This record gives sequence, C-alpha cells and structure tokens, in this order.
Amino acid sequence: MSINKIKERGMQAVFLVAACVCILCVLLICFFLFANGLPAIGEIGVFNFLLGTTWRPSNDLYGIVPMILGSIYVTAGAILIGVPIGLLTAVFMAKYCPKKLYKIVSPAVSLLAGIPSIIYGFFGLVVMVPLARELFGAFGCSGKSMLTAAVLLGMMILPTIITVSESAIRAVPESYYEGALALGASHERAIFFTVLPAAKSGILAGVVLGIGRAIGETMAVIMIAGNQPVIPESIFLGVRTMTANIVLEMGYAADLHREALIATAVVLFVFILLINFLFSLVKRRQNV
Amino acid sequence: MTPTKSCPADRAAVQPDARPINRRTPLHRLRERTRSPLSMALFLLVMLAAIATLFVVFFLVVYILVMGIPHLTPSLFAWEYTTDNVSMMPAIINTILMTGLSLLIAAPLGIFAAIYLAEYARRGNRVVKVIRLAAETLSGIPSIVYGLFGMLFFVVALKWEYSLLAGACTLAIMILPLIMRTTEEALLSVPDTYREGSFGLGAGRLRTVFSIVLPAAMPGILAGIILAIGRVVGETAALIFTAGTVAALPKDLFSSVRTLAVHMYALSNEGLYIDQTYATAVVLLLMVIAINALSSFIAKRITGGRNG
Repeated sequence: MSINKIKERGMQAVFLVAACVCILCVLLICFFLFANGLPAIGEIGVFNFLLGTTWRPSNDLYGIVPMILGSIYVTAGAILIGVPIGLLTAVFMAKYCPKKLYKIVSPAVSLLAGIPSIIYGFFGLVVMVPLARELFGAFGCSGKSMLTAAVLLGMMILPTIITVSESAIRAVPESYYEGALALGASHERAIFFTVLPAAKSGILAGVVLGIGRAIGETMAVIMIAGNQPVIPESIFLGVRTMTANIVLEMGYAADLHREALIATAVVLFVFILLINFLFSLVKRRQNV
Repeated sequence: MTPTKSCPADRAAVQPDARPINRRTPLHRLRERTRSPLSMALFLLVMLAAIATLFVVFFLVVYILVMGIPHLTPSLFAWEYTTDNVSMMPAIINTILMTGLSLLIAAPLGIFAAIYLAEYARRGNRVVKVIRLAAETLSGIPSIVYGLFGMLFFVVALKWEYSLLAGACTLAIMILPLIMRTTEEALLSVPDTYREGSFGLGAGRLRTVFSIVLPAAMPGILAGIILAIGRVVGETAALIFTAGTVAALPKDLFSSVRTLAVHMYALSNEGLYIDQTYATAVVLLLMVIAINALSSFIAKRITGGRNG
C-alpha cells in the first residue's frame, strides 16, 4: 500500500517538474538574451542604439531604427492586406459556406498554416518579385521591396486570422443573427452589424496573434524584402527587418557586432512580449 | 412551420415567398440583395475574399508542383551530397533524425506537463497560472529568437558546437507549448465518467491516468504530435545557427546537420540551382501536406468515434 502511495507521490512530482520545464525555458531564454544583449546596448549607448539611424558595423555604427521601422512597416502592410481578406474569408466560412465546399476550404486554410515559411519565401522570390518588378518598375521597384514583403506576409498571416476569427464568429449565439433577421435585416446586415460587433474581441485577438506572427517572420522576409539597412522612402524600395538583420549578419559577425545583433533580438523579444501581453489583455476582456 | 398550416387566414395574409427567417434559400437572399446595394457590396466582398484565399492556396501549391516535379531526377536522391548533384537525400534523413530526436525530448515533457495541468492541478493554483503564462509566452516567441537562444545556450555555453543535439533541443523547446496545449485539450475532452468509473473500481490516480484517460485521449495527443512534426520539418530560422548547414549524414549527436528546409534555403541562397530548389520545394511541400492530412485524419477519427 505504501509503495503505491510513494509511486503516486513520485509521479505527481515528475508531472509537476515537467510542467515547470516551460517556466525554466522562458527564464533561460530571457536570461541568455538579456545577458548577452544588454551589455552591447550599454556599450553602444541606449540612444545611439535605439535611436540611431545608421547601421554600419564596419564603422562601429549600430543604429537599429531602420530595422525597427522596417519591421513595423512590413507588419502594418501585412495587417492591412491580411486582416480584411482573412476576416471576410472567416465570415464566408462561418456564414456562407455550403457544407460540401467547407470540406475543401477548411483543409486548404490549415494547409496554408502548415506550409513552411521557406516555401512562401521561395514562392515570393520566383513569382511575386518578378511580378512587382514588371508592374512597378517605373517607380524604381527592383522587385524586392517593402510591398512584396507586405503582400507575402499578408498571405502568411491569413490562416491565423481566419481560424481565430471564424471560431469567434461561431461563438456568437445564433439568436443574435436570428433577432437581426426578424427585425428585417438582410443576411449581410445581420452578420456585419450584429454578429461581427459581438465577435469583436475574438477577432481582435486574432489580429494581435497575426501581428506577432508577422513581426517574427524571418526566412520568407529575408528572401524578398531586399534587406537594405536604410529607412525606406517608398513602399517600392527594399527594407530590412529586425529578424532579417539577425540572420543575415550572424554568420560572420564577431565581438561588438555580434552582440549588437543579439541586442537586436532583445528588442524583437521585447516587442513580442508586449504583443503577448496585449493578446492576453484582449483575451481576458473576451472572457469577462 | 406547422402553425401557419392550421391557420389559413394568416397564410393568405403573408407574402407568397415568406418563409421562416432561418430557412431562406440562397435565392431569397439574392432577391434581398438586389434591393439593397450595401448588402450586395458586402456579399461580393465576402465572395471575393474567399476566392482570393482559395486562389492563394491552390496557386501556391500547384505552381510549386508544376515547376518542381519535372526536375525530380534520380540524382537528387543520391546517397552522397556533392556540389554536382546537390542531392537532398542526406537532408531528408537528417530531417527525420531531427524530428525523432526533438520529439523524444518534447513529447514526454509536453504530455507529462499536460497531465499535471489537466489531472492534478487545482483551479486557481498560483503555479498553474505561471505555467500557463510561460507556455503562452513560449508559443509567441518567433523561431529566430529560439535559434539565437539555442546558439547562445546549447552551442556556446554548453559547448555542443553546431550539432544535431543542439538543433533538436532548440526545436524541442519550440514545439513544447504546442504539444502541451493539444494534449491538455485531448485530456480535458475525456468524459469525467471514465475517471469516476476507474476510481470507483478502486484504481489510484496514477493508474487512472495511464490506463484509462491517456488511451482515451490518444488520438488527440497524436494529432498534436503530428502537427509538431510539421513545424519541425518546416523550420529553418531556428536551425541555421544551432544545427548548422553541413549536408552530410551525422556521425554522432554532435555532428552538424542540415535539414530539408535549411537545405532548400541554402540552395536558393546560392542561386545556382533554381531547378533543384523547385524540386526540393516539391518534396518539402508534399511532406508537409501528408503530415497535415494525417493529423486532420486522426483528429477527425476522434470526433467520429465519439459521435458513433
């Protein structure tokens, strides 16, 4: 009997330890990133680093404003493209789609989520870049540009937006929709003016999740964004995001340059933590 | 619907096309739309968006397949990688090894953690809140940050160099929250009557978990694990600086390896092998499609089993 009890207690401890591993992981990640990145920020100077507009490691100039702006611009573009299309597709899936078609659409969306980012990047490189060069060459667009990156990222965040929005829309009680119809609203009016406002916070959570995915995307952006470390003056010029900055230069960087790259990751990490915080805030409001 | 039948005077009063509002046919809706431009516009927008999404999926998949399949030559599957044949065979085997190793680390941890959260933890427990917060944080971290952390911790601090093991550990941390979440959902969906029945027969908590709850939740857990496999197979950014890019089979756990996704990145980066990159993309894409299909097939079997 007591052996059984020891076994029970022992395994419970094992389960608890396993569950605590993810706390340990988060702590380790924070520790290693901050321990390696913060000294570099100190050495470069907080203002020179966060507000400097020139990134020229060979001259010891490490200003990451171009990269921060690059990330923000590209993410904003992706949201601008991905959210309307994603949201409307979610409406289609929840309120319009016949059952038979749903059996095709739903796996297609989850396939979109499963396609590796490297394939998206390659697709962008061989299809969208030449297309952008063709269409916007007159504006000085070489193909690899902010616009291309934003469109591709918009495609990549579609599944996130669609799945989260769809479940938010489906969670709205059917009586809302029927009530609106009873008052004489058309199918569209009922959906867009009663159901969608009721699903607002769930949809917002999806958008925040999409922002997180877009800002953290690396391989696809690197292949099509052009990667010039300057503040872009138009959407037809190349940009470099924070993620791209890390991958491009980490391979050969040394000393302060290497630490500056890790510090870039710290800034990215802080952005992600902020977005996560925002997400849990939105989700909490949804539960209330 | 029956009340209208019993009351003929009312039926005459309503319009001939009046129906219960939740049973209108597409034709009725269409007639409504012709009366209201706003409804028409919104309807068209919804359809356009759905078509755009479907177009993106099918165009991407079909384009890669059409461009890539003609370039799938036997030399691409040679056992040895050389700069002439740029064979992807070592990369495929490395991908399988990497997947197996990272699952070996992450699956037990994730499943045990989920068992704790679903079966042992009490509601409102402080530790549980912190665990959930940590898991949520982990699932939001982009893969490049994982890659950098893996480089700083496994490669540099633990002196493992670029290696299979460092890559697998990094990926294990990355997929841990996914496995935890799907397993917990699967465990929670097991009806409580199973547990009560087991307790009633005198089984302890541990035995209940392992012989009753886990088997019942197995399809859900498997579906989650297969999703995790999909993430590992497609991962690039987290592996470049942890597992390196050596295109050969590993001698031991501490050899640098290149998975298929990294291989594809390397090829397209060199820019000399566009045809071969297409072919590699086809293999990678087919793997991911197969993994996705398998996962949703298993997930569907759970719900099917429960209804039947």
